[in-house]
Amino acid sequence: MMTVTDLDCLRGQRRVLSGVSFSLDAGDCLILRGPNGAGKTTLLRTLAGLSPAPRGTMSTAPEDLVYTGHLDAVKPQLTVSENLTFWQGIYQNAPQDTLTRFDLDDLSERPAATLSAGQKRRLGLARLHVSGRKIWLLDEPTTALDTAHVARFTEILQTHCDSGGIAIISTHLDIALPQARSLNVADFAALRDAQTESEADPFLQGSY
Amino acid sequence: MLALFKRDILLAVRSGGGFGLALAFFLILVMFVPFGVGPDRAVLARIAPGILWIGALLACLLSLDRVFQLDAEDGTLEALATSPIPLTGLVSAKAAAHWITTGLPLTLASAPLGYLLGLPVEGYIWLIASLGVGTVSLSFIGTFGAAITVGIKRGGLLLSLLVLPLYIPTLILGAQVVTRAVTGQSPVASLALLSGLTLLTLALIPAAAAMALRANLR
Repeated sequence: MMTVTDLDCLRGQRRVLSGVSFSLDAGDCLILRGPNGAGKTTLLRTLAGLSPAPRGTMSTAPEDLVYTGHLDAVKPQLTVSENLTFWQGIYQNAPQDTLTRFDLDDLSERPAATLSAGQKRRLGLARLHVSGRKIWLLDEPTTALDTAHVARFTEILQTHCDSGGIAIISTHLDIALPQARSLNVADFAALRDAQTESEADPFLQGSY
Repeated sequence: MLALFKRDILLAVRSGGGFGLALAFFLILVMFVPFGVGPDRAVLARIAPGILWIGALLACLLSLDRVFQLDAEDGTLEALATSPIPLTGLVSAKAAAHWITTGLPLTLASAPLGYLLGLPVEGYIWLIASLGVGTVSLSFIGTFGAAITVGIKRGGLLLSLLVLPLYIPTLILGAQVVTRAVTGQSPVASLALLSGLTLLTLALIPAAAAMALRANLR
């Protein structure tokens, strides 16, 4: 259902990963491992279509993917439910039980500015559910979550995978999902001195 | 897109600064002119169209760096870039919301400020018309500048330097509409040119700004 073949990833003008290949079926979960700076975020951003891929193919359409990065995409001036309503409007999708799933019921009228880091993260993750998309790209989703909420989020992931979804997660924690496979990003590290071809980036060509 | 447009207006109203700042700046700038140039009504009336247009243009600049910067800082921009909204739609919604929260209030405030400067009676309708049409292009051109500088911390000054030269045609035509109206010439041709310029920016800017955003997000 999702196949990535021989993908190269750029960070800035530098080639970080090369030849990344994997294939996932509906219901699979892939955990990206690797030390800091190995390129986990870069790979996720490339899969999300935010960074250009100079080489390789992905079998997914952008409409299937939803990406959450290190930042929560939460507006501090809006309340929790206003934040969710905004994303419901963007994705044209309004599932009923988002607040309950992410344990935000009691917080729904609070301005997001007054939330703790963990609560804000839960609100950020709730966007995944609102999006209704099949493939979740998660960059360190459990940062700032307490143990109980990590377990709760694991359950949400399980439900998502059981209903035919796919999750690709970059994390240093162990996520207790039976079907989870690991991919060590460091295995695909591009040679440090590899020259980045300038034709890979037509938009910026000639601007340096 | 409508959701984004509505949210931007709500944010501008709620966070205070964005909404009132441009208007307050416009008010203060125009009120300062008589202090600087002296109270001679004939002189003031003659320079009123230019002052009002320059004031509106500078006031418009003030809130431009917020257009994308705040969304970029909290990750919303990345989330929006991977959402079902095309980037061109995102840019248009942002620019439209910027116009509603700055261009429109500036246009409405220009009439009483014109009175303060002793703008002749024939000028008011043309002042409002030219600002109403012209500030749309100011918002769109400014959004393009904001898209280019979105990756730069404290890029406000650079943004102004980039955008101000692009504002020159709008300023010339806009001020000309009012000047011609108060000096008894027909302002229709200038207003038509100004409208043409605005339509051109409406057509070109969303695509250009979307490309700039795409390059800045990588």
